[in-house]
Amino acid sequence: MARIDLVDLAHSYGGNDAPQESFALKPVTMTWRQGGAYALLGPSGCGKTTLLNVISGIITPSRGKILFDGKDITPLSTQKRNIAQVFQFPVIYDTMTVGQNLAFPLKNRGVPKADIDRRVAEIGRLLDLEPYLNRKATRLTADAKQKISLGRGLVRSDVAAVLFDEPLTVIDPELKWQLRSKLKALHRELDLTMIYVTHDQTEALTFADTVVVMHDGRVVQSGTPAELFDKPAHTFVGYFIGSPGMNILPAEVRGREAWIGGHVIALNRSYDNLPSGAKIEIGVRPEFVEVVAPAPGLLTARIERIDDLGRIRFARVRVGDAKLAARAPGGFTSADGSAGLKFDPSHVHVYADSLLVEGAA
Amino acid sequence: MDKTVNQKAWFLVLPVFLVVAFSAVLPLMTVVNYSMQDTFGNNQFFWNGVGWFKELLDPSTDLGGRFLASLGRNLFFSLVILAIEVPLGIVVALSMPREGWTVAACLIILALPLLIPWNVVGTIWQIFGRPDIGLLGYTLNAIGIDYNYVANEFDAWVTVIVMDVWHWTSLVALLCYAGLKSIPEAYYQAAQIDGASRWAVFKAIQLPKMNRVLLIAVLLRFMDSFMIYTEPFVVTGGGPGNSTTFVSIELVKIALGQFDLGKAAALSLVYNLIILIVCWIFYTVMTNAGVERKIQASSEPAVEPKPSAALKPMPALKPKEGVA
Repeated sequence: MARIDLVDLAHSYGGNDAPQESFALKPVTMTWRQGGAYALLGPSGCGKTTLLNVISGIITPSRGKILFDGKDITPLSTQKRNIAQVFQFPVIYDTMTVGQNLAFPLKNRGVPKADIDRRVAEIGRLLDLEPYLNRKATRLTADAKQKISLGRGLVRSDVAAVLFDEPLTVIDPELKWQLRSKLKALHRELDLTMIYVTHDQTEALTFADTVVVMHDGRVVQSGTPAELFDKPAHTFVGYFIGSPGMNILPAEVRGREAWIGGHVIALNRSYDNLPSGAKIEIGVRPEFVEVVAPAPGLLTARIERIDDLGRIRFARVRVGDAKLAARAPGGFTSADGSAGLKFDPSHVHVYADSLLVEGAA
Repeated sequence: MDKTVNQKAWFLVLPVFLVVAFSAVLPLMTVVNYSMQDTFGNNQFFWNGVGWFKELLDPSTDLGGRFLASLGRNLFFSLVILAIEVPLGIVVALSMPREGWTVAACLIILALPLLIPWNVVGTIWQIFGRPDIGLLGYTLNAIGIDYNYVANEFDAWVTVIVMDVWHWTSLVALLCYAGLKSIPEAYYQAAQIDGASRWAVFKAIQLPKMNRVLLIAVLLRFMDSFMIYTEPFVVTGGGPGNSTTFVSIELVKIALGQFDLGKAAALSLVYNLIILIVCWIFYTVMTNAGVERKIQASSEPAVEPKPSAALKPMPALKPKEGVA
């Protein structure tokens, strides 16, 4: 049980002297509160696994500190940190039974046999592994094996945080849901800090109460799923979260107006102090753009196709060179393939050099 | 499905039949033929039935005594070198670096003894061990150890065993190294998190993951050492006395030295049979281990389709089109 603080933490596989641009994990300072369910979300190679391995102690960071409940544990080895980690591919000890697998971490730490048996029985019950305790672990299914890896972490009563490194990659889709709900249930029951690395936004958004989005070695936003959806702090977050992702358009912003190719789009807030020379873009989620019949004053677009997702239809349109997605209301058709775009001003965000700019009211 | 009947196809397999017949079947049958007969030269043969085989398995006769004694020596030799080479090979593989240029250097050094022809290995050790001019023999005698592999049985055995260990431990080490390399990094990381000691890591992860290659290593080393001829023949010539005369050396003595074709033929058939049986036992053990795995995989419907798939890193799924 611990709060985890990262203080100016960074890691480079090329050593500390490498240029900062090449760092796998760029300096980050943040706090993971005790008992939180976190997801580290980002595409492959964004540094999320590096961050996880730094926390678990498999990698020693090039700089910065990690604090568990305020205590600096950066120099401590993995064994000394009370961390459990579940890997992408199930790690089980082939020659042992399920029960022996679960007992392994305790045996290594010299726990008395009676205590081991009690803990193993307890964790076996918690993870529904009871019927298998005396069976060879190699004979089990991938999801049962992942449960064993998890169990080997949970069996230690002192465990501070459980780290998951894309644990559902090798699990069959229908079992993924089961295992994920099991994880959520465990989280509620055990009050453990859980950090879950994934590149799958659905997994992240359903598992976590706080999602940490990483991009190119940087933490670009950390917030609830709703925050990530409503107010992406970075154009990458806007694009990565949501399906289809946020529309990002280069624009000229003056006061409460954004200009795109001679058309004006109204904004809810006023942006007077935009940094000069920065790349200015507006971002708006497809859910808040509507295709309507072309009309004066509306941005004109060419419709390329309309995707029917059942509950909702999205039109893929083109404005000049830019491609956008927009909501197509039921019954909308376009005879000549042209349409007007209606923006919801309260959901149009302005980005300077990819970062969200808060306008003045 | 109906099979097309085309008798011309026989002509296409005929060359294979001929080659196999002349290279394997006919020579083997000649040996079988000889093993039932006796000859005193002049290409005159006399029927002897299973007489040679009876003699071969009877320790009170000259032939049987020599055969069983050499067989005993041979089995002892195989056991000794297995007992040394397998643990030593594992230790060497475990202490090898896992990445960097030193890997290549280690692999080259390990591979060198394997590339040397048998009789050259024999010659190297024959000279190396000589008390008058050999570096090893001279040094040992100079520091007061009375070492002479030509005169002393124990020294001869030590020389032959050390030579085999020098020549073949690399093979075991390379096989084990390959087995070790195939263990995913996550296993070590998990063991680290589980607080496993070095010994626990070896017992719980490395040894179980190496058992397949170890089985192959034991098979290869057993067969090779059981058939060993050249190296001890070059170094000790089977001596002193008969102390390092292994089965193959005895066989050559009977066949070419005494020109007792019948006895030699019977001996080679039995020798061959022993090797076949041992191979078959190993093969059965190995395939059974494989079958067991397959049954494990198919007995439960939800088990991953390929047992090995869990070990291979899968290509990462693309998060979403266009995100780069």
